[in-house]
Amino acid sequence: MKRFIAFVRKEFYHIVRDRRTAAILFGMPILQLLLFGYAIRNEVSEVRTGILDMSHDTVTEAITDKLFSSGTFIFAGNLQSEKEIAPAFAAGRMNEVVVFEPDFAGRLQKDGVARMQVVTDGSDPNVSRIVTGYTQAVVSDYLAEQADGSARQVGVEAVPLMMFNPSLKSVYLFVPGLMAMILMLVSALMTSISITREKESGTMELLLVSSLRPVQIIVGKVVPYLLLSFVNVVTVVSLAYFVFGVPCRGNVALLFAESLLFIMTALSLGIMISTITNSQQVAMMVSLAGLLLPTVLLSGFIFPIHSMAWPLQVISNIIPARWYLVIVRGIMLKGAGIAVLWKETLTLLVMTVLFMAASVRKFSERLQ
Amino acid sequence: MSPAIQTERLCKQFGTVEALREASLSVAEAELFGLIGADGAGKTTLLRILATLLVPDSGKATMLGLDTVAGYREIRTRIGYMPGRFSLYQDLSVEENLNFFATVFGATVEENYNLIRDIYAQLEPFRKRRAGQLSGGMKQKLALCCALVHRPELLLLDEPTTGVDAVSRQEFWQMLQRLKAQGITILVSTPYMDEAVLCDRVAFMQEGRILAIDTPQGITKLFTRPLFAVRGSDRHKLIAELRSYEHARSAYAFGNSVHYTDARETADPSELASWLRSRGFDDATVERIAPGIEDTFMALMEEKPKELADG
Repeated sequence: MKRFIAFVRKEFYHIVRDRRTAAILFGMPILQLLLFGYAIRNEVSEVRTGILDMSHDTVTEAITDKLFSSGTFIFAGNLQSEKEIAPAFAAGRMNEVVVFEPDFAGRLQKDGVARMQVVTDGSDPNVSRIVTGYTQAVVSDYLAEQADGSARQVGVEAVPLMMFNPSLKSVYLFVPGLMAMILMLVSALMTSISITREKESGTMELLLVSSLRPVQIIVGKVVPYLLLSFVNVVTVVSLAYFVFGVPCRGNVALLFAESLLFIMTALSLGIMISTITNSQQVAMMVSLAGLLLPTVLLSGFIFPIHSMAWPLQVISNIIPARWYLVIVRGIMLKGAGIAVLWKETLTLLVMTVLFMAASVRKFSERLQ
Repeated sequence: MSPAIQTERLCKQFGTVEALREASLSVAEAELFGLIGADGAGKTTLLRILATLLVPDSGKATMLGLDTVAGYREIRTRIGYMPGRFSLYQDLSVEENLNFFATVFGATVEENYNLIRDIYAQLEPFRKRRAGQLSGGMKQKLALCCALVHRPELLLLDEPTTGVDAVSRQEFWQMLQRLKAQGITILVSTPYMDEAVLCDRVAFMQEGRILAIDTPQGITKLFTRPLFAVRGSDRHKLIAELRSYEHARSAYAFGNSVHYTDARETADPSELASWLRSRGFDDATVERIAPGIEDTFMALMEEKPKELADG
C-alpha cells in the first residue's frame, strides 16, 4: 500500500510540474465550455432585415413593426425593387429580406390569402432555416391576434413545443457532448501519454524491475487521472449551471457516478492504447484519431445518429461517448433516473471491464 | 559456492539481428565483472536478460541461483539495475527520486543510508534540485543511489560511465570498489578499455559473442605476437605505409603513436625501423611494447570472426 501511495504521489508531481499537462487538464475544460457556450451558438440574433413593401398598408406595417419589436430582427433598410435584393446580400448588408405583394391588406380582406416572401441567404443554410422559422412565427403570431374577431382561417395548425429545452438553447446540446469530449481527452489521452512517456524515458524498465505488479502500475496511473477528471466533471457541470443556466433536473449524485464510470471507460482505453504503442507521439495520434474524432463525430454530439449512414450507425454503438451522452442528456435535461438509463450504464460497464481486462493482460512485465 | 550469475549459451535475436550468440559466462559472488565491447556488441541485451526484462530465445541464465525466466519476481526484488540511459524522473528532485525508488522497492532511505552515504553525500547539496538539471556525473551517481537504495545483493550497471567526465568516472569506479568490498556482486558494462583494468575479470564482447573472459592481466597474455609502438611525423601516412608492409598484421592509431602488430611469431624492431627509413620515414622510431587491454581487444576482434568463418 505504501508503494502504491508513493506511486500515486509521483504521478501527481508529474502532472503538477509539467505546465503543459496541467494546462491541458485544467485550462482546456473551462476554455472549451466557454468557447462552445459563447462562440458556437445555434441561436440566431441580430438578423439584419430589409423590407420590400409593395403595398404600404396597415397590415404590412403592423407585421413589419411586430418583426422589429421582437429583438431578433434589426431593420436594415427599405428596398424599392427586387433587383436590389441580391446586391444587398452580396454586400452583406442584409441577411433577410421580407417582401410584401402589392395590395396585401386588400387581398387578405377579400380572398383571405395574401402573399409575402421571405428571402434569406442560402449560403448559410442553418441560419437561413432558423431565420425563416422565426419570421413565420412572428407572422402567424400576428395573424392569430387579428383572428379573434374577424374571419378566421379554418385549418389545422401544428404548435411545436420543444420539451426539455423549450427555447432550443444550444448550450443544452453542447454541455453533455463537451463533457464526453473533455473526459475522453483528459482521461484517455493523458494516461496513454503518461505511460508511454515512462517507456520512452526508460523509467518503465526500472518500474518493472522494481517488482511492482502490472496491476499496481496501472491502478497507480489511473487513480490520479480519475480524481482530476472528476474535478473536471464538477467544474463543467457547475459552470454550465451557473454561467449558462443549464439545469440538472435529475439526481446530481447519479450524474457524477455515471461520469466516474465513463472516466473509467476512457482511462481503460487510454491504458490499452499505451500497451500497444511505445512512443508518446504515436499514443497521442492514436488517442486523437481513434478516440477523440469518433467521440465528436459519431457519438451524436454534433450529428444525430439516426441520420447517419447505416455503417456509421453500427460503428457508433462501440463509441462509449454515445452511451454517455444519452445518460447525461437523460439526467441533466430530462431528469431521468437509473431505471431509464440502466441499459446505457450496463453497456459502459461491460466496455470498461473488457478494456481493463485486455490492458492488464497485454501489459507486459518485460520489455518488447 | 555457486556463482552469483551464470549464463549458458544465451541467444537472442531481434528480427534479423543476432544480438546475442551463445553467450556463456559466470560471475562469482562479490566479484566486480566487466563487460567490454563497442556499441552494438550485445552488452545491453545480456544485461536486460539478466535483469529479467528480456527472455532469451535459447540458453539459460541464473541469478543468485534463480532462473531468470521462472524466478523473475524474486530476482527483481534482490537485484539493483541501472539502465544505459539516464532513467530517473527528470521532473522529480534528487530526494524525491530516491524516496520513490526506495518505497517502490519496499525499503526506506534511512535503513540503507550507510550503503549509499558515500555517494549521496555528494548529492546532498542538490537534493532539492530536479534530476533533469544535474550534471552527467551527478545523474549517474543518483541513478546508482536509486539502484542501491534497497540494498541489492547484485548490481547490474549498463554503461554507467558513458558520457561522464573523467573525474566523475574515476570517482564512480572508486564507489564500485567500495560496494564490492561490502560483498555486492557487480556486473558492469562499458565501452571504455581503460576501465577494464579496474575490474576483477572482464569479458570481451563483439557482435553478440563473448570473445574472451579473463582477469585484465591474464587477458593480455592472449596477445602473443610482437607489438611495436611506432612514432613518426605524419601518422596518417605512417599507418598506411605500415599496413602495406609485407609482415604487417595490423596498424592503428593509439594515443600519439601507432601500434603495429607483426604477423610473425618473432620480429625485430630494428628491422622495421630500417624498412621505414628506406620508405622515407627518417624520423620514425620503433619500440617494442607489452600489449595492453585495448591491443588485446583489437587483436581478438580481428581474429575471432576469421576463426569462426573458417571453422
